[in-house]
Amino acid sequence: MAKAVKKILNDPRKAVTEMIDGLVLASDGMTRRLPGLDAIVRNHLPEGKVALLIGGGSGHEPIFHGFVGHNLGDGAACGQFFAAPAPHIIYEAAKAVHRGKGILFLYGNYAGDNMNFDIAAEMLQDEGIDIRTVRVTDDVAAAPPERTHDRRGIAGDVLMIKITGAAAAALDSLDEVERVARKAVANVRSMGVAVSAGSIPETGKPTFELADDEIEVGMGAHGEAGIARQKLAPADAVAEALLDRILPDLPFAQGDEVALVINNLGATTMMEMLVVNRRIREVLQERGINVHRTEVGTWLTVQEMAGFSVTIMKLDAELKRFLDMPCHSVGFSRMGAA
Amino acid sequence: MSDTGLGPEDVVGMLRAVARAVIDRVNVLTDADLAIGDGDHGIGMRRGFEAVLTSLDVGAPTIDAAFRLTGMAILANTGGAAGAVFGTLFTSGAKSLMGADRIDAEGIRRFLAAAQEGVAKRGGVIEGQKTMLDALAHAARATSDAADLTACLKAAAQGAQVGVEATKSMVATTGKARSLGERSLGYPDPGAISVAIILSAMRDYVSSGIDDIGGRNG
Repeated sequence: MAKAVKKILNDPRKAVTEMIDGLVLASDGMTRRLPGLDAIVRNHLPEGKVALLIGGGSGHEPIFHGFVGHNLGDGAACGQFFAAPAPHIIYEAAKAVHRGKGILFLYGNYAGDNMNFDIAAEMLQDEGIDIRTVRVTDDVAAAPPERTHDRRGIAGDVLMIKITGAAAAALDSLDEVERVARKAVANVRSMGVAVSAGSIPETGKPTFELADDEIEVGMGAHGEAGIARQKLAPADAVAEALLDRILPDLPFAQGDEVALVINNLGATTMMEMLVVNRRIREVLQERGINVHRTEVGTWLTVQEMAGFSVTIMKLDAELKRFLDMPCHSVGFSRMGAA
Repeated sequence: MSDTGLGPEDVVGMLRAVARAVIDRVNVLTDADLAIGDGDHGIGMRRGFEAVLTSLDVGAPTIDAAFRLTGMAILANTGGAAGAVFGTLFTSGAKSLMGADRIDAEGIRRFLAAAQEGVAKRGGVIEGQKTMLDALAHAARATSDAADLTACLKAAAQGAQVGVEATKSMVATTGKARSLGERSLGYPDPGAISVAIILSAMRDYVSSGIDDIGGRNG
């Protein structure tokens, strides 16, 4: 049995609930916890606002619950470590953020999330509440292009919550917010590379094993197998390998304007990610692809997993408008466009 | 051996035995899930079935209520894909037992058929995709000729184990193990193992004391 991974926690079985308490306190009054539930919602939600409910397994902080805030998610349903939230958590979070205009459910495409959010959606629809669902399917390593419905949601979540949150603040119909979210998800592609594993605190065991000199290209956010396990390679080669799969997939073409995200899976240094960013920008420039906005940071993590992912979204004027709106939350805050 | 089936009180006892059996096997489930998933199946199932024990503390007035309470406790406390499918297993199965005041071989057959249908619909899965449905479907088929409750649960548990073995030679095409592709070969599906644990515990409860049970309730 592998040695238990070192973590500074109290009882691992209480870590999720203690994390949510800490998150609410860090929001300085912007959010609150629903009593007795692993759910967090915004305070002061205006009447008549289209609601955006996000959520998923915990352990990926700051996503999802750290993205509840101004012009982002209105609430989040939180599961245990890497496990989808139970239907009643989703149901109660949805009821708490509903302001009469319906609710968009936005989450990563995983069997557990799909089933639990669907059960909650059926309960809410039985009460006459309009629920729409958009699942993030940005991981090109998970399935071929003709099976996007089999693709996982990874750091594309960052841009999806940013854009959909802004749309849900600015637009006054659920139809319109859903339309924007569907357009965004159709235009976003990601792929990651894992250098070492993260672990689930309750088991203390790494979720996969990689040799000291190995990396896995295309690995999912929970250690799901990727496209190729290979020897450690220089940053430029890894960046190119990711772009080789991401760019032809949409495809991204000369003249496109895009948003770029380089997401740290937990334990990779900012230095490494910036070195990667340098090569990615060189390649994009060679291809005539113009980066409208760059985000380099730590948003969708897998505990102490080392590695990063690259996300690219093709933008039009409308997506740019929502991407450029200001936002604020514990996990993600931006000024408006410069 | 007289075998007139179980009443509500013994169904609660049986479901408590099921919960204890799952909780006792948490490490088996964790290790099985670490091999082809992210390793959280055991702790999720433990969370769900600990809630089942609490939920059944007050008993249940009817057989279908006992199974439904079990399903609701799993659904509310497990989370993940496991919470949805194992919760659905019990809540769908419960619907097939509405109004029954005893559960016998025919009741178990109805329960397994309804559970299988509910899980397939909720998960959007069919047999052969390396999921718990493979164990459930094998179990349901194995019970077709069983004459009484004891024989029926014995056949179901055995069928589930055959299903577990069958998942070893399947390539996962759904869930988090899907991306492993061929690498999932040779490993059993953790959810299928859970189905086998559940049905084996039901078998053990009934075969260890059916005369006693019958004596208490008959």
